[in-house]
Formats: sequence, C-alpha cells, structure tokens
Amino acid sequence: MAKLTIEELRRIRDEAKRSRTLREGEGKARITVHMGTCGIASGAREVMNALLGAIDEHGIQDVLVTTSGCAGLCSHEPMATVEYRDTPPVKYAKLTPESIVRVLLEHADKGAIVREHALAIGSEKMS
Amino acid sequence: MKELALHILDIAENSLRAGASRIDIEIVEDPAEDTVRVAITDDGRGMDEETLKKALDPFFTTKDVRKVGMGLSLLRQAARRTGGDLRVQSRPGEGTAVTAEFVRSHIDRQPLGDMASTITAVLLQNPAIELRYHHAIGADGFTFDTSQVRSVLDGVPLSDPEVLQFIGNLIRERQQLT
Ligand SMILES: Nc1ncnc2c1ncn2[C@@H]1O[C@H](COP(=O)(O)OP(=O)(O)OP(=O)(O)O)[C@@H](O)[C@H]1O
Ligand SMILES: [Mg+2]
Repeated sequence: MAKLTIEELRRIRDEAKRSRTLREGEGKARITVHMGTCGIASGAREVMNALLGAIDEHGIQDVLVTTSGCAGLCSHEPMATVEYRDTPPVKYAKLTPESIVRVLLEHADKGAIVREHALAIGSEKMS
Repeated sequence: MKELALHILDIAENSLRAGASRIDIEIVEDPAEDTVRVAITDDGRGMDEETLKKALDPFFTTKDVRKVGMGLSLLRQAARRTGGDLRVQSRPGEGTAVTAEFVRSHIDRQPLGDMASTITAVLLQNPAIELRYHHAIGADGFTFDTSQVRSVLDGVPLSDPEVLQFIGNLIRERQQLT
C-alpha cells in the first residue's frame, strides 16, 4: 500500500490532472449502482467497492460510475444498470464483487452483455 | 444490517437525496457509560412536522417506486434491540439530525464495520459534499474532514478512483489506531 502522506496525495492529484485531458468527453459507458436500503443491506456497498477497485486496477478511464436509489425490485438487489454507448440500458441483478467486475470488463468496457447476470425489463431472465 | 456502518450509509443516502451540501457523521463510544452514539447531521431540505412524524413509520416513504420506507425504522429497531433508541430532529429548509444510541456491550449491538467504505461511497455520489467524520472511543479519537484533502487536490474531484482509494486507506489506518 502506498504511503498515506500529503506527497502521495499530491502525486495522485498531478496524475489525475494529466490523465483528465485524455478523459475529456462523455465516456463510453455508465454503470449505475442502486443504493437504496435493500441494496445496501444486501451488499451494494461491497459491489461498489469492487467496481471502484477494478476501475483503478485496470486503469479504465471512460466508464462513469453513478448511483441511484431503490428501483423497486428489492429481492433482486444488489443491482446495477449499464448503459453502453447508444444501446438500451441493461439491469443486472444479485450482483457480487466478482460479477460486477465481469460486468465492468465485458459489458461496460467492451459492449458484450453478461447474460448470466442480466435481468430484462419485466424481471425476465435474458438469454 | 450487519454493521452500523451500513446503517450510517443508508441514513447518509437520505441526506444526499435531501440535497445536503454538508454531512456530519459522529460516532462516540463511551466504554464507561457503555454506550455508542451515532449522529448523522445534514443541511438538506429537512422535514416538516407531519413528514417527520411519518418518517419513522415503516409504511411511509416519499419515494414513488415503492410504498414503504425502511431506513429510519430499521435503525430504530436496531437501537431499541440493545436498549437504546433513535431520535430525529428536523426543520424544513435547515436540515436534519438523526441520532441513534446503543448499549455498547449488548449482544445484539452490531459491530461498527467498514466505515472507510461507507465514507468513500458517500463521496463518490457527491464529490462536492463537505463531509466531516469523527470517531471517538473514550479519550481516543480521530476526525476526517474533506477540507483536509480538498485543499491539496486543487480541483481534482474527490470521486477520482485513486483519490477515493487514498481516503479509504487513510480512514482504515486511523481506525486501526483508535
Ligand atoms: N435527512 C433527511 N432529510 C429530509 N428528509 C428525510 C431525511 N431522512 C428521511 N427523510 C424523509 O423520510 C422518509 C423515510 O426515510 P427512510 O430512509 O426511512 O425511507 P426511504 O428513504 O423513503 O426509503 P429506503 O427504504 O430506501 O430508505 C424519506 O422518504 C424522506 O421523505
Ligand atoms: Mg432511506
């Protein structure tokens, strides 16, 4: 683990400033993690954590992460929605720290829906 | 909820949704008095008397996707299970203070859990938030304040993944020393 000093924070700042110019624009995908009470109780925070860790680890620059409240499908939490370029949003259900990383690397980064974990509108399994 | 830190995240979600620009999270553990007091204070839109009264009713929510709200009543249940209780003070246009008190040694008192992840999850959602987090156990304690890092960051958002990792590690390290 890097040392937790002001110097380290300055280094992170300078690096972020440098890479931000490359990052201009909208980004190719957005992942929205649902953070209502049911989501939080069933593991949304850990899913979010894994997602941020993987984005950092893989140096992914053009995937945005946001959050939303409860989506009304409490028994399917933790959930996340992926919007990749102009394709329709896909909801993923019962996510784990492992499956969200797959969703990040395959769908948000490369555009391939991870059907195993996807949930179509109307709660039907895709595939 | 398995951890107090998850309740705290859930209550802070309410603050974010209420448009808060400042959130104060305070955890005071008093071994002598055998209490843990958790207080989350925000400067969001607040609640009028009627909303406040209903807020603790598990069948009330102002959300439109679902008919029941659970966050506050769940925390109240958790506090009461230990012999403690929950108090909510709020004023429209000024903000809200949620205080939960627990009996520290009670078998049902949830562990504090991963506060570092709770704080970074809040910052990710509103990188412009002014957040202060204070944790004390008896005479020991530490404070994290977003103003400490923001002054160094010079416009780089707190939601930057590397910045969030840094803040998470900082809180984790301090927590261990407490
Ligand atoms: N900090 C706050 N500021 C303003 N209003 C609040 C605050 N906290 C709670 N409320 C009001 O009280 C209601 C109940 O809150 P509670 O957390 O119990 O349920 P909820 O947020 O509606 O749903 P969820 O189960 O996802 O938490 C909210 O819908 C909101 O109207
Ligand atoms: Mg809530």
